[in-house]
Amino acid sequence: MSSGTLAADRARRHEPSLGNRVRRFAGLTYTLGVTEWRLRFFGSALGYLWTLARPLLFFGVLYVVFTQVAKLGNEIKHYPAYLLAAIVLYTFFAEATGGAVQCLVERESLLRKVRFPSMVVPLSVVLTALFNLGTNLLAVTAFLLVNGITPQWGWLEMPVLVLLLTMLASGAALLLSALFVRFRDVAPIWEVVSQMLFYGSPIFYTVDFYGEYKEILAATPIVAVLTQMRHALIDPTAPSLAEVLGGAGYVLIPIAITLALLLLGLAVFRRAAPGLAEQL
Amino acid sequence: MTPSEPSVRSPTVTVENVSKTFRVPHQQASTLKERVLHPFRSTSFDRLEALKDISIEVADGEFFGIVGRNGSGKSTLLKCLAGIYQPTVGDIHVAGRVATFIELGVGFNPELAARDNVIINATMLGLSRKQAAQRFDDIIAFAELEEFLELRLKNYSSGMHVRLAFSTAVQLDADVLIVDEVLAVGDAAFQQKCYQEFRRLKDEGKTILFVTHDMSAVSRFCDRAMLLERGEMVDIGDPTAIGRAYHELNFNRPRTQRSDDGRRHGDQREGEITAVWFEQPAGSRVEALLTGDPAVVCMVVGAHADLPDAVFQVTFRDETQLAVFIAHSQFQDAFDPRVEAGNSYLIKVDFDCHLGPGRYEITPALLRGESADEIVDLREGLASIMVHAVHATGAVVELPHHFSIEPS
Repeated sequence: MSSGTLAADRARRHEPSLGNRVRRFAGLTYTLGVTEWRLRFFGSALGYLWTLARPLLFFGVLYVVFTQVAKLGNEIKHYPAYLLAAIVLYTFFAEATGGAVQCLVERESLLRKVRFPSMVVPLSVVLTALFNLGTNLLAVTAFLLVNGITPQWGWLEMPVLVLLLTMLASGAALLLSALFVRFRDVAPIWEVVSQMLFYGSPIFYTVDFYGEYKEILAATPIVAVLTQMRHALIDPTAPSLAEVLGGAGYVLIPIAITLALLLLGLAVFRRAAPGLAEQL
Repeated sequence: MTPSEPSVRSPTVTVENVSKTFRVPHQQASTLKERVLHPFRSTSFDRLEALKDISIEVADGEFFGIVGRNGSGKSTLLKCLAGIYQPTVGDIHVAGRVATFIELGVGFNPELAARDNVIINATMLGLSRKQAAQRFDDIIAFAELEEFLELRLKNYSSGMHVRLAFSTAVQLDADVLIVDEVLAVGDAAFQQKCYQEFRRLKDEGKTILFVTHDMSAVSRFCDRAMLLERGEMVDIGDPTAIGRAYHELNFNRPRTQRSDDGRRHGDQREGEITAVWFEQPAGSRVEALLTGDPAVVCMVVGAHADLPDAVFQVTFRDETQLAVFIAHSQFQDAFDPRVEAGNSYLIKVDFDCHLGPGRYEITPALLRGESADEIVDLREGLASIMVHAVHATGAVVELPHHFSIEPS
């Protein structure tokens, strides 16, 4: 090969195309996410079962407490099914955001040694949590069928709800991971906030519990997703999100909040990204 | 491609007036509480100037060495080139795809087997998952790890680890390779293989930027090299010259003033040594010698008395003060020193420098007596000389030798 053709060849593949960059981004996110997910399985003998066991055990505790002790769930139709589904969805959000907080610092060895889009790191954490959600939802489905809930068209809404929750978790993950590099106490703060969100969200109760504030609170993304999930997945007679909010148009509010958080996360992360490696 | 004229070809890597300053905070105010409690306390920073105004151009297909002592800014420069750090001032432009070998095996996970680790590492370094999977067999073959595919990485020896990592890294088809001192591990045979691989990549026209402490590798592989010291570019150019400059920096530093304060023995009543230096056979003075080359050590002696039995001696001591070589005039048959009072003499010793690389301290001596046991003047460490080697074995001396082989 003469030097002339080599140089021309070089010039043509000067910079990777946008398509290639997107593909690399996706490939990297997938590789990191799936590796982390598989490692959890390899880590213990029962492997996969453990990822199920945690939300199930948690569910068992809450179920006993709220049906036997607090008598809270008795008026809610298919309470156990709703409780389990809500726990599984919230676990996804908590796992994705909680894991993302310190992810950049934990992956320091990567970020300081290779050039790659650092945004891949928090997003791969969300992806790992999403894989866990997938396996957990299989268990939820089995539980629903055993409890006599028949499959219905509403179940097809679930991917949309999961997508919305994933976008919300991604926005939070980007924001938290970028902030943590500069402010290390983001970690304990987020732990508390995550707890508050758990008890503040309609997981072991429903949106009716909020009383007069339910129109306002139902417009927040997590409450909205859980409310609509109850209608679509568990009990079609339960009010849908549009009914709670008092109009289909209001459904756009939680969607807008989610999008805003995602964009904020993206913006903050992009701003922080160039200096990340040396601040870790 | 010939490496002879790097300046003619278009630069692939352009570094323009790049400086990099790290801000090292005095007080780590990294919690919100501290920010809230002391909102107006300005955090004071130490500025650590890792790179100062570096400008280089590396041509397409060039093998470019970056040398310097620890902390001279080599790795910071590489990380800036790789895009991991952003330069504080200046521009860096790299045309083409870059592969960085700052550390081998980035992303390797000890719990996983070879295949998963190769795929993680290769995607980190820029291959797609599909490409990584396609090249897996080649990678394993190059690493010679076919028998250990199922083994988890934690059960690999460190050498196997490095082999797997290096094999993965060379499978990336990058245009520009940025290589930090990654070959320090691994056995000699594998290092040899690595260098062969670099040579192949170079023959394919890849541009390689290479950081190392191994000056023989620099002179063997690099077309050009640069020397960094405290973040500044000290020198750039011919790799052998840069290698010498590096050795001088390394060994010379504490001893630059080592000319006349060496300990002196003898009473100098009958004569004295005034100077000692080295020359090439052609006659020009030199500060450094190359192993294997002919050289001349010269000393000037002023005689205050007639010395019919004068003996001249030059001792070469290495860093450990071991006398490696002593040139002694008493055993020289054809040498007849008739030293007369009032005259000054230039004594020359021709020798082939078969010393290993390093710095040698030179002790000239003027002796007399039947068995040369009377010291007239002896000046310990009056001069020193740097010896460089193109192929260093690490031995004290590099005697001329040759191998032959025949069926027996």
